[in-house]
Amino acid sequence: MTTNYPELFCAFAGEASLVLGMLVVLGYDLTVGRKRSPTERWQASCILGGAALFSALVVGLRVGVVGPVLGGEFMLDALGVGTRAAVLVLAGLTLMLTAGTARLRNPAEFVAIVLLAATGFSLMAVAQQLLVAFLALELASLSLYVLAGFDKTRPESAEAALKYFLFGGMSAAFLLFGFSLLYGLTGSIDTSAIAAALAAQGSSPLLSVALVMVLVAFGFKAAAAPFHLWAPDVYQGAPATSAALIASASKLAGLTFFVRLLWPGLGYATGDVALRHFSPGWLAVVALLSAASLLVGNFGALAQSNLRRLLAYSAIAHAGALLLGVMAAGTAGPAPLYFYAATYGLATVGAFGVVAVLEAAGVGPQIADLAGLYRRSPLLAGCLFIFILSLAGIPPLAGFFGKFAVFAAALNFGGLASVTGWLAFAAIFLSAVALYYYLRVLKQALVAPPAPGADGRIAVPGAAALALLLAALLLVVLGVFPSLLLQIFS
Amino acid sequence: MNALPCTIYVSFTGALLALVAGTRSAATARWVALVTALTTLAITLMAAVSFVPALGMQTLVDVPWVASLGVRYHLAADGISLTLLVLTAIAATAGVLFSWNIEERTGEFFALYFALIGGVFGVFLSADAFVLFVFYEIAIVPKYFLIARWGSTNREYGAMKLVLYSFAGSALVLAGLLWAYAAGGGQSFGMGDLAAAAVHFTRAEQLGMFALVFLGFAVLAGMFPFHTWAPTGHVAAPTAASMLLAGVVMKLGAYGCLRVAMPLFPVGFVFWQPTIGWLAVIGIVYAGGVALVQGDFKFVSGYSSVSHMGFVLLGLAAANVQAASGAVLQMFSHGIVAGLLFAVVGRMVYERTHTRQLADLRNLPLHRLLPFAAVTFVLAGLASMGMPGFSGFPAELTILVGTWKTSPLWAAVAALGVLLAAAFTLRAIQLSFFGSTQPAVAGAMPAHPLPPITLAEKAGALLLVGTTVLIGLKPDLLLNWIIPSLQSPLYQVILKGGAP
Amino acid sequence: MPLLSFIVFAPWVGAGLLAVLRGAKPAVARGIALAFSLSTLVLGLVVLAGFNPAAPGFQFQESAAWITSLNVHYHLGLDGLSLLLVLLTGIVGPAGLLAAWKQPGSPRAFGILFLILQGSALGVFLALDFFHWFLFWELSLVPVFFLIKLWGGAGAGRAAYQFVIYTLGGSVFMLLGFAAIFAATGTLEFGQLAHLSADGILAGRLSALGHFWPQVVFVGVFLGVAVKVPLFPFHTWLPPAYAEAPVGVSMFLTGVMSKMGVYAFLRILWPIFPGQLHAAAPCLLWLALGGVVLGAFAAMRQTDLKRMIAYSSINHVSYCLLALFAVCAATGHSGISGPAVTAALGGALLQMFNHGLSAAALFFSVGVLESRAGGRRGLDDFGGVRSAAPVFAGLCGIAMFSSIGLPGLNGFVGEFLIFRGVFGLVPWAAAIGCLGLFATAFFYLTFWQRVFHGSRSGAAKGEFADVHGVERVTLIPLIALMIVLGVLPQLLTGLFNPLVTSWVSQIALP
Repeated sequence: MTTNYPELFCAFAGEASLVLGMLVVLGYDLTVGRKRSPTERWQASCILGGAALFSALVVGLRVGVVGPVLGGEFMLDALGVGTRAAVLVLAGLTLMLTAGTARLRNPAEFVAIVLLAATGFSLMAVAQQLLVAFLALELASLSLYVLAGFDKTRPESAEAALKYFLFGGMSAAFLLFGFSLLYGLTGSIDTSAIAAALAAQGSSPLLSVALVMVLVAFGFKAAAAPFHLWAPDVYQGAPATSAALIASASKLAGLTFFVRLLWPGLGYATGDVALRHFSPGWLAVVALLSAASLLVGNFGALAQSNLRRLLAYSAIAHAGALLLGVMAAGTAGPAPLYFYAATYGLATVGAFGVVAVLEAAGVGPQIADLAGLYRRSPLLAGCLFIFILSLAGIPPLAGFFGKFAVFAAALNFGGLASVTGWLAFAAIFLSAVALYYYLRVLKQALVAPPAPGADGRIAVPGAAALALLLAALLLVVLGVFPSLLLQIFS
Repeated sequence: MNALPCTIYVSFTGALLALVAGTRSAATARWVALVTALTTLAITLMAAVSFVPALGMQTLVDVPWVASLGVRYHLAADGISLTLLVLTAIAATAGVLFSWNIEERTGEFFALYFALIGGVFGVFLSADAFVLFVFYEIAIVPKYFLIARWGSTNREYGAMKLVLYSFAGSALVLAGLLWAYAAGGGQSFGMGDLAAAAVHFTRAEQLGMFALVFLGFAVLAGMFPFHTWAPTGHVAAPTAASMLLAGVVMKLGAYGCLRVAMPLFPVGFVFWQPTIGWLAVIGIVYAGGVALVQGDFKFVSGYSSVSHMGFVLLGLAAANVQAASGAVLQMFSHGIVAGLLFAVVGRMVYERTHTRQLADLRNLPLHRLLPFAAVTFVLAGLASMGMPGFSGFPAELTILVGTWKTSPLWAAVAALGVLLAAAFTLRAIQLSFFGSTQPAVAGAMPAHPLPPITLAEKAGALLLVGTTVLIGLKPDLLLNWIIPSLQSPLYQVILKGGAP
Repeated sequence: MPLLSFIVFAPWVGAGLLAVLRGAKPAVARGIALAFSLSTLVLGLVVLAGFNPAAPGFQFQESAAWITSLNVHYHLGLDGLSLLLVLLTGIVGPAGLLAAWKQPGSPRAFGILFLILQGSALGVFLALDFFHWFLFWELSLVPVFFLIKLWGGAGAGRAAYQFVIYTLGGSVFMLLGFAAIFAATGTLEFGQLAHLSADGILAGRLSALGHFWPQVVFVGVFLGVAVKVPLFPFHTWLPPAYAEAPVGVSMFLTGVMSKMGVYAFLRILWPIFPGQLHAAAPCLLWLALGGVVLGAFAAMRQTDLKRMIAYSSINHVSYCLLALFAVCAATGHSGISGPAVTAALGGALLQMFNHGLSAAALFFSVGVLESRAGGRRGLDDFGGVRSAAPVFAGLCGIAMFSSIGLPGLNGFVGEFLIFRGVFGLVPWAAAIGCLGLFATAFFYLTFWQRVFHGSRSGAAKGEFADVHGVERVTLIPLIALMIVLGVLPQLLTGLFNPLVTSWVSQIALP
């Protein structure tokens, strides 16, 4: 196998620019930035980081869909390119939100690690080979552990980082073990080769073990029940913008990676979840994860009084629906899943962005503290309205269309003769439950009068406002014209 | 005709403009709202003038929307749509007039109000099940905020209950539609395409899909026993929202039943028809009975809505052209009448006396204090009890005639509902406005003189009363639109016989 | 010229005019109301001038398509029966308004409601299509409800509610019945329905769903009509309603509204359901007799004069139905006597008119007594009124004796014809009915004796003004008519004799 370096550079110019950007940010801060005030350092770091993300986005889009690269180690298909673009946008929004709201020290490090994480996501989006994928995943994960614990002034942040790290490390171990078993079984770390080898040798107990290992890691990454336990604590403890990144871009990249691995790679071990011809395989396990997540997420969220924890449980519930999309990708392709995950990411980043702005203004983390937001900051209230309703899946916002596409695909997967159909029904009905807790948030923000003594106006930093408006606008536009995003898959 | 889709756009634009105008002054927002409502009214009336019923379903817009899912932005209208569009525009205009006194967050109020109305217009114009569903859901959320923020008694509970019921209903609809879409090969959500595909569904599939879709829509139409959201929600809502909720939004459900559930899944309909008929009949009588013992004036109107919507469902269940045309006429009629009742109860009386308890009102010589409100309520009450000369009468008569052809027993029990309607309406009239016919006793008089009825209220009341009388005397105006639409091929499988 | 439409809508125009004239002085309002109320009489006389009693069928017909989907036509027409009742309305209506001349409260509102009521009643008598017949029929309840409620006595609210609910209850069944008829035949026009019925098509179509449905539909329509009359035992709403209503309204209720029920029997039930009516006649005869006898005996037990007249109204109206049911019962029997049928039906029509006059006059008289006694109207609240108010006593006495059926006064002719007819058709019924006659005589004489004779006592003890001014204008024409019609009943019978003859010819005679 000869390596075509121009092609390689062309395909990974985006990642290169991210790494370069990271170095520039660090370098600037070490040299010029030391003499500046923290605010200026934040601004400079974020602008530089944003520039890196933007150039990566532009470069990545210019490369476009070119198919397999480097002998199939990477796959620059529509999914890959789309995911890359989406994670970069999400990371960019996170940076903009951070710019005005963070009270953290070490701005350059924060931005640099975000860029590093983005690099990891970006690589995950296109990796076809187990080892590369694992490295990308670890790069992203390690960065996220650091981001979770970045706020050194709050013990919760450290707690979140530790929990995230322990769970994450464990799951990485599972994943690596699963991969090694796959390698042992098939003698290859290339997904297409694995697929071919598995088809030739048939199923074995060892394969089942490997599958379970991989899916455990997958469940962790997607925050699917019963591997969700880290999510509420991490979402609650981590700095808001870190949590935004964990909830959005990380999830999207992870799903892209796993859907790549599961359908083409482990396609042989799919099994069948049709009610009449059930056969074991990873589909059955994913279906279980999906059902558990839908139930745990939706009913768990009912009991929450903390906005971040509520968003965490809502993330778990959404994970359930996303897993449905993973299953349905077998027939419908990854388009519905991608649309759902990307727009979910946008809404989550937005919601956490609002949380970040609020916390920067000293507004507490409880849902009750949102009271009177419509008067204290119409902008935040309006944006929150859009983000939450998008999460709830109300048209004409993008969240609705994502849900719709995924459920339609899930029903198309085998109709009601298959478990996916029934899961889709369950998800549809649970969305009525979900509306209840989402409306509770909006009721506080838009209906309840401000609490006495807490009715001052909340200032929204310019960059954060821009990011929130951008996210809201994207949600509306993608909701009304979903084809803008979906057409890249056709 | 071709301007009809503009009702949707005008409403949404009006919503945004009202939001912006509200930041300047409440008065500007009000005028923006009134102009918006009048514009939609003008558009629908102009379409009504040029409407040719014989043309059947007329496509207004048809462009691809989400190509990968086969979704088209397809709007079309026939006589049924047009009837309900006119209703919506009238109700919207009257609602603005009866909300003239909203001082708090006026811009936001009208923004939500027109978001709701835009959704309603969209539903009535959709010819693609997906588009219909989208607009249907758009209409749900504004209701919550309208009630929770500007409502009265128990408003947060009422709002949440109402919205969750509606949303649960829409979830059922979504499930059913997606199932049909998937079973039909996932090609198109066009109503015609789905109907064509549905021919090949198995009986079990048809039964299931119909049950889901119909039940989902029927929840919103207030079908017994899924009606409990309606009285609480309507009572909690501010006047204009009650008017719209009872007057127009409940019609969305009935419209969905008629437009989507029935033509798409005829086999399922035939199976469920007896159940629907009996539930409708029970709802008519039960809600009428409950309305008879309410102590809160507004609850009387709330339950009367459920009872009247029972007639609509009964007309649909009877499954012939006559009954169905009566059902559509009843939708229109009830839309106007319910608006009028809620306007009197919620706006004219409650906002002045600050009580809706009949036990309190009966001590006030209200017919002397608010003669205009009294006359309006009497007329609304007469229309509500199906008195000849008002729109309810031809509607209920047509439904009864049509129902008789299908099941005389249903018709007989439903007729009891007419009697109950008379009883509870008269009781409400007696206790509310004419409770104290003796010259006012000093102690019973309100502490402050009641503010007189404003010009906006009078205009709104005249609009609604005029409409109900006009349709009562000349139901042909609407029936000539409705009946040809029901005789179209789409309904030929479902609506058998009974051509008038 | 759409003369009949003018008759129907002139009072409504008046009501509209009054509604618009918000600042009208009471006197002006009263004047306008009276003028428009009198329009009925004037137009009725114009119609009378152009009316040809001998011509078969309806005259002055107006017909226009109205609601195509329900095949409804705006169809008005008039025959002897309708004309009789239009004239009655034209007399009792203005009399009622005059009786309310001194009514407290807004004369404008009273006038509006009264004119709506009058127009509705006229609509009922002239409409020939169920749709708007029913419109008028139902609409008449609304003004009555408010007239009783707002101007009535202490128990008025309850009485009005009971009245409307009862009547509506009956109407709902009738509506349902007509829904069924329309579903079966596709028409709502009385004439066409009568033809379909005569040809047996109606019964055939109705029994398509099940053989008992024609009977069920009949019962539905019957209930609606029977409550309105009211036929015993559906009469319980009547005494409180008549008693609580203000005098002018009581006059109109008993004089005109109770005739709407009888009219519906003759115009709708009898032509459309002759078979069912024949089958039910033995039963119905007992009900009519119940009204005749029990109504009279109940009146005997009353101490409230208004309730007494109310019960006597039940008794008198039941005579009309007794005659009709006797004819129905005898229909088809061999040996049915043509003259007896003619007498019974002619008597029934006369009785409708006569009772309208006498009952209105009596209610007015009680109203006069009540106004002198400050609201009291018990049998024992008066004594020796004759010496205090001789003119009033004389007029009231004539009305009373007309009601008893004294020869020479109008009441006699009608009752005599009815009894003659019924005796020829169903002798036992006539025999039992006589009990009612005796009881009637008994309670009226008690009334006469206790109130007018003896020494002046009770309310008549002190100042007791005789009838004067408006009261005379109200009462004297009514009394004069009683005398004229008692002497010259052919003035009326001439209007409807050909009609009765044609009815008789339709009943299969051997």
